[in-house]
Amino acid sequence: MTLSAFAYQLLEIILGVITAPVLLGWVNQCRAWLQNRSAPSLWQPYRSLHKLFYKQAVLAENASPLFRVAPYVVFGTMVLVVAIVPSLETRLPFTVAADAIALVGLLATARVFLSLAAMDIGAAFGTLGARREMMIGFLAEPALLMVLFVAAMISQTTSLPLIAERLSSESLALYPSLAFTAVAFAMVLLAENARIPIDNPATHLELTMIHEATLLEYSARHLALMEWAASLKLYNYVCIGITLFLPFGVATQSQGTTGLALAIVALALKLLVAGSSLALFETVSAKLRIFRAPEFLATAFLLAVLGMLVHLLLGA
Amino acid sequence: MPYATLNLCLVLLAAWVVIGFTGLLRPASVGFAGRALFPLGALCGAALAIVAVLGLPIPPERVILPFGLPDLPFHLRRDALSSVFLALLGGASAGISVFSAGYFRQGAGTLPGLLCFQYHVFLASMGVVLLADDAYAFMVAWETMALSSYFLVTTQHRIPDIRRAGFIYLLMAHLGAVAILLSFGVMQGTSWQFTFDAMRATVLDPTWASIAFLLAFFGFGAKAGIVPLHVWLPEAHPAAPSPVSALMSGVMLKTAIYGVLRVTFDLLGEPLWWWGLVALAFGLFTAFYGVIFAAVQTDMKRLLAWSSIENIGLIFTGIGLTIIFHGLSMKSLAALALLATLYHSVNHAFIKSLLFLGTGAVLHATGERNLGRLGGLIRRMPWVAWLTLIGALAIAGLPPLNGFVSEWLLLQAFLFANAVPRPFISMLLPLGAAIVAFCAALSGYVMVKFFGVIFLGQPRESKLAEAHDAGFLERIGLVWLALGCFALGLLPVQVISRLEFVSRYLIGADFGARRTEWWLLAPSVARQASYSPLVFFGVGTAVVMLTVWLVRAFYHRGVRRSAVWDCGFVRLNARMQDTAEGFGQPIRHVFQQFFLMERKLPTPFDKAPQYHLVLADRIWRGCYVPIGKLVRKIADVAALLQQGRISTYLTYSFITLIALLMVVL
Repeated sequence: MTLSAFAYQLLEIILGVITAPVLLGWVNQCRAWLQNRSAPSLWQPYRSLHKLFYKQAVLAENASPLFRVAPYVVFGTMVLVVAIVPSLETRLPFTVAADAIALVGLLATARVFLSLAAMDIGAAFGTLGARREMMIGFLAEPALLMVLFVAAMISQTTSLPLIAERLSSESLALYPSLAFTAVAFAMVLLAENARIPIDNPATHLELTMIHEATLLEYSARHLALMEWAASLKLYNYVCIGITLFLPFGVATQSQGTTGLALAIVALALKLLVAGSSLALFETVSAKLRIFRAPEFLATAFLLAVLGMLVHLLLGA
Repeated sequence: MPYATLNLCLVLLAAWVVIGFTGLLRPASVGFAGRALFPLGALCGAALAIVAVLGLPIPPERVILPFGLPDLPFHLRRDALSSVFLALLGGASAGISVFSAGYFRQGAGTLPGLLCFQYHVFLASMGVVLLADDAYAFMVAWETMALSSYFLVTTQHRIPDIRRAGFIYLLMAHLGAVAILLSFGVMQGTSWQFTFDAMRATVLDPTWASIAFLLAFFGFGAKAGIVPLHVWLPEAHPAAPSPVSALMSGVMLKTAIYGVLRVTFDLLGEPLWWWGLVALAFGLFTAFYGVIFAAVQTDMKRLLAWSSIENIGLIFTGIGLTIIFHGLSMKSLAALALLATLYHSVNHAFIKSLLFLGTGAVLHATGERNLGRLGGLIRRMPWVAWLTLIGALAIAGLPPLNGFVSEWLLLQAFLFANAVPRPFISMLLPLGAAIVAFCAALSGYVMVKFFGVIFLGQPRESKLAEAHDAGFLERIGLVWLALGCFALGLLPVQVISRLEFVSRYLIGADFGARRTEWWLLAPSVARQASYSPLVFFGVGTAVVMLTVWLVRAFYHRGVRRSAVWDCGFVRLNARMQDTAEGFGQPIRHVFQQFFLMERKLPTPFDKAPQYHLVLADRIWRGCYVPIGKLVRKIADVAALLQQGRISTYLTYSFITLIALLMVVL
């Protein structure tokens, strides 16, 4: 546990927190291009955050302290997730404290606080959104856990940096089980980040909105934190996907500063590709009815379980 | 000092009995029972917890008490297993007793003094169950526990529904007791000695050992509430006063867990691995069934009762894993699974007691159990709300609270089970992990519903505006249990180093920490996995604080309060919030084949449209109602013999006599 390890840890956190809104900007930009619109700038999410932070916060009369605490908790949780997902580095001291199961627990904590805050005001949309958010969660969370379990069983550990090291050290080994879980993970990513086909981040259509409905009563800095947390969540999911399915280029123990520089470039490239494919997928697919969402997520869950069975059957 | 710990435990149990009898001196005085006796009982509980925890490393102690049958006095024995459960009993009951001190008031039900008597006898009998070392003492204590808790459940005995709930509870308790008694009968073999020592010495052949295990499993399972023997829980818990529900759900269910562990690993000696499959299958199904039913409940205590069924399912899942690993002599994995089981038992005792007491405080403040008539209480009763929130987050398995630790251990045990030498088991186990993960996620859903509908939002009834927060003693009880949740969550290494005495004693293996830092939980089986809640919590708090500070430092524009926005809708009222039924709707929709639903939907032409939905348990309708009908039919046939005239009965005796004489001669 050297000082440099802590420096790497801090670097990863700061980089993640800064990059997350840019990733969202990139996805929006790609989407606009694909839809033949003139695209907003890459920095648009930052401008919105800046605007929101400068405003005076308006709270509902009956908002309890829970409502005011929740944005900080949700944001803090997402920052912790950035700290434990080895997107750049595997020398992360904090990952000793939290492994893949704790990662899922952290994401669940964020979701629970978000939903509780949405229920706090007692407006019609908030409770509706909370219920839907939890409905997505109770199917997506076990699916994510199963995805992580397959990777954990392949590498015989639940520690995320070790999973990344193990998976990246195999020279292009193909795991059929990981193919199943990759599909499952992609489905979970879409559902958890309120993306088409489960939710549409671009509208506030009252009958279908999920994530946006939970944020309706927030304003100013609280809203900014929630929005930032949402972009961090997208960033985190993409990074988890990279760690599990494309771990090449992550800097490990043996590499020095050059490894880190390469890792940053590799991560940037991967994020660009992931962001544009997300935008492409969102453009070509349509939103599902809300009643279809459980089926979509149950498919993801079953695919992940299937991946695990494939791993056990083939031993790979 | 030989037997010091056991004797101290006995003194404390006796103190409980004395406190109980003292309550009878002034049966009608709330002040006497509440202010004097219940706090004393709580002190005894705390002392018992301390004695039991300190006694964990001490080798087994025995004592023979001069009560009981002439040739079978009460044998008592304290070892590591009983110590853990005694600590659970003492620790959880301390909080519950303090709460009770402020809770019980003069009402239409049982007099406070009598209640105090029943309550403390209940506590003491649970203690004796944990210490008993012969079948006779065990059964006497077990029955005392069942009876005293029956009287506590029917405190409000003037209400017919409560009497019915009590009856179902008593019936299930006795069905279980009969099975346990038969199991003891099988286990003594041919020695005709009913001490546990004799049972340990008896070597049964596998068939009889399996019969004994299955009898004990279902006997204790009826007490613990495994599906399909769970039917009494959702009836008895809402009927009982909240501290009693807390005690029954938090502590009494664990005596059944203790019983299963005692019989399987201690009395039967070497368990066969396939028993584990039975326990695992029932455990997983119970967890699943419990959590989906919890999600659709509209009564807050019934919801918690179903959640207890879920957690008992998870505990039995752990027991199943332990037996499988132990039976296949994978000792260190078995130890991991056993530690997960014990940890979850202790966790559940604290969490569920906290939640039940929270509902008790709400019930007192509002007189409502129905989720559809609550809401917004976080503003009127902040103490209860925030402390209940801790319990809700803990039972949803969120880090860094205690529910997460046992879930983590259980999942680790599942995850590293692929080395099991039987291929089909190593294929089945990950599916079990999938079900555990699913239940954990759904319990988060249940807890958001539970907490959100009761404490958040707008009050659904006008009378909720007068709700008052919990009193001083009640708050102490809640704080005690919430601190327990925190301590168990943040110091897993310390807790496990205590629980290890049990795994060493029963299995002969321990956690085998890979690294021995006091803050890092790192089991050796799960090669490189580790979890450190203290670092986790510390860093998490630091990040949140830093965020608050940064936001404050750079962007502070103050806060303005204004009307609820709700997209500009102005006529918002409390009826527009999502209800408990609404919150259960997705679950009802996804798992509809598990529920028995009677639905009445309105047609578009109704003048006054009515919607009405009744949810029922398929198992109740499918199993219990037919059995009840069958029993009634048999009784009807038997009633033909009962003419109520003495001459008929004399004729029966005469015919019997003749028949017997014909056989003999």
